Amino acid sequence: MSALLELKNIKKHFPLKSEKLFTKEKPLLKAVDGISLSVRSGETLGLVGESGCGKSTAGRMALKLLEPTEGEIWFKGENITNYRGEQLRKLRREMQIIFQDPYASLNPRKTIEQTLAEPLKIFGMPKGQVTQRIDYLLDVVGLSSYHKQRYPHEFSGGQRQRIGIARALALEPELVICDEPVSALDVSIQAQVINLMEELQAEFNLTYIFIAHDLSVVHHISDRVAVMYLGKIVELGDAGEVYSNPKHPYTQALLSAVPETNPHREKERIILKGDLPSPANPPAGCKFHTRCPFAEDICRVQEPELKLVSTGGQMAACHFAKEVVTEGNFT
Amino acid sequence: MSIEPIPNVEVEQGKVKSTKSRSLGMEALFRLLRSKTSIVGLIIILILMITALFAPLIATHDPTVQSIPNRYQAPSSEHILGTDELGRDIFSRIVFGTRISIQIGLIAVGISMVVGVFLGAVAGYFGKWVDQIVMRFIDIMMAFPSILLAIALVAVLGPNLRNAMIAVGIVGVPQFARIVRSAVLSVKETEFIEAARAIGGKHGRILFGHVLPNSMAPIIVQATLGIGTAILDAAGLSFLGLGAQPPTPEWGAMLSDGRAAIQHAPWVVAFPGLAIFLFVLGFNLFGDGLRDALDPKLKE
Repeated sequence: MSALLELKNIKKHFPLKSEKLFTKEKPLLKAVDGISLSVRSGETLGLVGESGCGKSTAGRMALKLLEPTEGEIWFKGENITNYRGEQLRKLRREMQIIFQDPYASLNPRKTIEQTLAEPLKIFGMPKGQVTQRIDYLLDVVGLSSYHKQRYPHEFSGGQRQRIGIARALALEPELVICDEPVSALDVSIQAQVINLMEELQAEFNLTYIFIAHDLSVVHHISDRVAVMYLGKIVELGDAGEVYSNPKHPYTQALLSAVPETNPHREKERIILKGDLPSPANPPAGCKFHTRCPFAEDICRVQEPELKLVSTGGQMAACHFAKEVVTEGNFT
Repeated sequence: MSIEPIPNVEVEQGKVKSTKSRSLGMEALFRLLRSKTSIVGLIIILILMITALFAPLIATHDPTVQSIPNRYQAPSSEHILGTDELGRDIFSRIVFGTRISIQIGLIAVGISMVVGVFLGAVAGYFGKWVDQIVMRFIDIMMAFPSILLAIALVAVLGPNLRNAMIAVGIVGVPQFARIVRSAVLSVKETEFIEAARAIGGKHGRILFGHVLPNSMAPIIVQATLGIGTAILDAAGLSFLGLGAQPPTPEWGAMLSDGRAAIQHAPWVVAFPGLAIFLFVLGFNLFGDGLRDALDPKLKE
């Protein structure tokens, strides 16, 4: 499979207000600090990490909703990093986004029909076909066409998320960034929406980047998983491998926090000490060393690179990735 | 796959309300009509509107016909609000003055709104240097006391009612610009604006189709409250002789003409003053009610 989207060492640094008077130097918040990813056509890549680790920022940069500070974005073999204006608008057809908050992502003053008609009109679909297409889209996401005269506030969260999905699919994109699409929904509705998304993926041959902090949801839907910590990818690999055999201590800690469904199974819980360091002032060396139970001197000085740690293509950014496993400290 | 039922029936105060789809505007209207003060404001405004519309039928005399022998008559059955220094019927003048005041209010606020909304929206939406240039210009305008700026503008344009309306309109621009800018700033960060960008919307479409419609509440409130201020400013200009020219029955001009007689014929100034008060009160009460209705989060 070829790469549909490639991120090459992209960074996003947000300037912060300077605390010192009379200085031009602004401190930077390093939301995303150099990540490289390649997304294959038709796959679902899960992007997980704590709140504030930069996963949403990375997703928005991939869509060019945010300009990267550094790095390149390649889509279908074209470097789209510097696309602007009309060029960028044409590209919008092929990449879409589903948002986290179904309450904030729909314009409260437009009916569902108006919301869904907008992308179609922008890309010049003849009026006669628009209605037909909207009915079809609503049907695809499990809503009825008689809903279309209603306003967003008349729908439940799950229904709104379906409308958001319908809008994203309106232009038949190839790549859909799903920015925590189910984390604002009830658990029972989450399953419905996830199933819907899987069905749609199969039907329309979609490629998903699935951003979430819920590990079990990601495990369920993803082919591959990337784990982010403080703006960096710390582990990347096939979902099965990463989940069954995590190589990076951060991934291990994350996975140990997933509640066990079997009450008889013993499970060792790794509790990380301390708080997530501020991305405005990240620690030197390995960014995880302040909380890592295995940190040694080298971790405080040298930043580990993402390197291959298994024959299956699993990658981890840890100086001791191999040793951690052989010591067998984790289950 | 099953679909959750749609909660489209609102039960409130024991009453089941219509299940028909309602826009946010309709919801706001219902809230507005539940507030007593805004109803009072609305009634005052309606009375003024009807007065303006049917002025020739309501007025008992011609507002401009002088009758020197009858000057400074106290209120009586013939002249229910008395007569002024030229023997004109004050009631009739106030009735016809309503037309002028409403005209001033609407035109002046219309000018402020069109210019202010445009400037504020552009500044807030595009940010960066556009914002800097527009808002610094607005700051300069705000540095002048409003009546002083209006006087200066009328002095340049020439003293008459039309120029007074333009001046009052320009003076009201900064208010609108600032309010719209802040509303636009908060709306443009929402996810549905990001969604509009993601589906390839152009700036014009996003600004006028998504951002502004969701910034309407403060604009409507400011427009309603602004009508009161505008007529007050215009009355001030007329009082100073820079607005309506004689014999136009403008309330501010009436105050000005009658101020010499305030000792022995207080009705000459009292009633036009009351009319201005009532007009401003009506629009302010209604505007306050509107603000509460359009932004329920603000109150509760």
